[in-house]
Amino acid sequence: MAPLRSRSRPLGLVAAALVLAGASGCAFKPIEPWVKPYERERLADPVMKTSLNELPGRQQDHVYTVREGSRGATGVQGGGCGCN
Amino acid sequence: MAAIRNAAKVAGLVGGAIAASSVQAVDLPEDKAETMYHLYDGGGVIAQGPAVLIRKSMLDRVALSGSYYVDAVSNASIDVVTTASKYKETRDQADIGLDYVVRDSLIHVSGSKSTEPDYLASTLNVDLTQDVFGGMTTVVLGYSHADDKVGQHGTPGWIGTAHHWQYRLGVTQILTPRWTASANLESIADDGYLGSPYRLARVFGTFVHENDPTTRESKALKLSTTGDITPEGAEHRRSFRAEYRYYWDTWGVRGHTLELGYNRDIAPGWLVESFMRYYRQNHALFYSDNAPEQTLYVTRNRELSTMHDFGPGATLSYTLKSVPGKYDVKLSASYQFIDFHYADYTDVRTGKPYSYKASVVNTVLSATF
Repeated sequence: MAPLRSRSRPLGLVAAALVLAGASGCAFKPIEPWVKPYERERLADPVMKTSLNELPGRQQDHVYTVREGSRGATGVQGGGCGCN
Repeated sequence: MAAIRNAAKVAGLVGGAIAASSVQAVDLPEDKAETMYHLYDGGGVIAQGPAVLIRKSMLDRVALSGSYYVDAVSNASIDVVTTASKYKETRDQADIGLDYVVRDSLIHVSGSKSTEPDYLASTLNVDLTQDVFGGMTTVVLGYSHADDKVGQHGTPGWIGTAHHWQYRLGVTQILTPRWTASANLESIADDGYLGSPYRLARVFGTFVHENDPTTRESKALKLSTTGDITPEGAEHRRSFRAEYRYYWDTWGVRGHTLELGYNRDIAPGWLVESFMRYYRQNHALFYSDNAPEQTLYVTRNRELSTMHDFGPGATLSYTLKSVPGKYDVKLSASYQFIDFHYADYTDVRTGKPYSYKASVVNTVLSATF
C-alpha cells in the first residue's frame, strides 16, 4: 500500500491544483492596472516632487559623496570628481 | 506620431508621480533653464560657485541639454591643516545630454567632463526608461562609465588612472491615486588609483602615505515611498516622503541612510519642501586612526571611518510669474544643516573624536517654457 500512496500523492496534488485553478477562474487572468490615468492628478502635483529643481540635487549628491563612504542609488547621475 | 503623442500624454499624467521618486518618467523632460548659486561651509572647507542648466526639446521626440557647474574650493579641513597647508582650487564640470522618445520608452545619453588642476574625470551615461502596466510601473536601466586621470601638485603629468562602471536598475510603482513606491539598485565597480596622493595615514603614531586597494565593488539599494497626505477638502496640498538606503562594498563599509520629507503649499505660488536626513556607517577594513601594525593597505580617510551625520533641510520656492501653458518663473532658496560625528577619527590637536557642523545653501532662479 505504501508504494501506491506515494505514487498517488503527486497526481492528487496536480488534480487539486487544477480544481483550484478552475474554481477560482482567475489563476491566469492578467492583473489590470488599478489606478487609471484620470486618477493620477494628485501624483502629478508639484508638491509630490522631491525637488522642483535639478541643480540642487547635484550639489547635495556631491556633498554626500565627498564626505560619506556610501554612494549610488540616489537617482543623480555622477559627473566624476577627485572625491577620494 | 500619434503613438508618440499618446505615449507622451499618458506619461505626462504620471510624470509627477515618477518625478516624486528618483527615476524618470517616460516623457521628454520639460524645457527648462536653471541658474544656481551654491555654497557649502563646514569643517574648514568652503565650496561655492555658480551652476547653469538649459534644456530644449524639438520635434516632440528629442531634447538637448547642457549644464555647467563650478566648485571654487577653499580647503582648510582638519586633514589639510594638520598635515599640509590651506589651498584653493576650482573644479569645473560640463555636461551635455540628449533625450529621445521612442514609443513609450525614453533613451537618455549624456556625457560629462570634470576638470580640476590635479584630477580629470570623463563620464558617459546611458539610461533607458520604459513604461509598463498601463503606465503604473516605470522601469529604468542605466549604465555609466568613467575614466579618471589622477595628478599631484608639483608632479608633472599624471600619476595614475581610475576607471568606474556603474549599473542601475530602478522601478517605480503607482500604488494608489495618492501613493507611489520605488526601488533603486546600483552596482559600482572601480579599478585603478582610488586613494589620494596627499592623504596621510598614521602607523605607530607616525604619519605615512595612505595605501588603498586598487579595486572596489559596491552595491546600494534604496527603497522609497511618496504620498499625498492632503486631508479631504483642505486648501493646501501636502506630501510625505520616506526613503531608506542600504549600502555595502568589498572594502567592508556598510552604510544606512534614512530620509523623511514633508512638502506643503503654504499660499498660492509658495511651496515649502522640508526633510530630515540621518546617515551612519562603519569603517573600512583597512581604516585605522592609528594603526598598531604595518599592513599592506592602510588609510585614515575620514570618509571611510565609523561616522554618522544628520540634520534638517528646507527649501522655500516662490512663483514670480506664471502664464499657464506658456512659461513660469520661480525663485527658490534652500538651507541644510549637517552635524558630522566621527567615532574613530581623532582630532590630533585635541585628542578627542572629531566632529563639525556644516551648512549647505543654494538659491535657484528657474524657468520652464
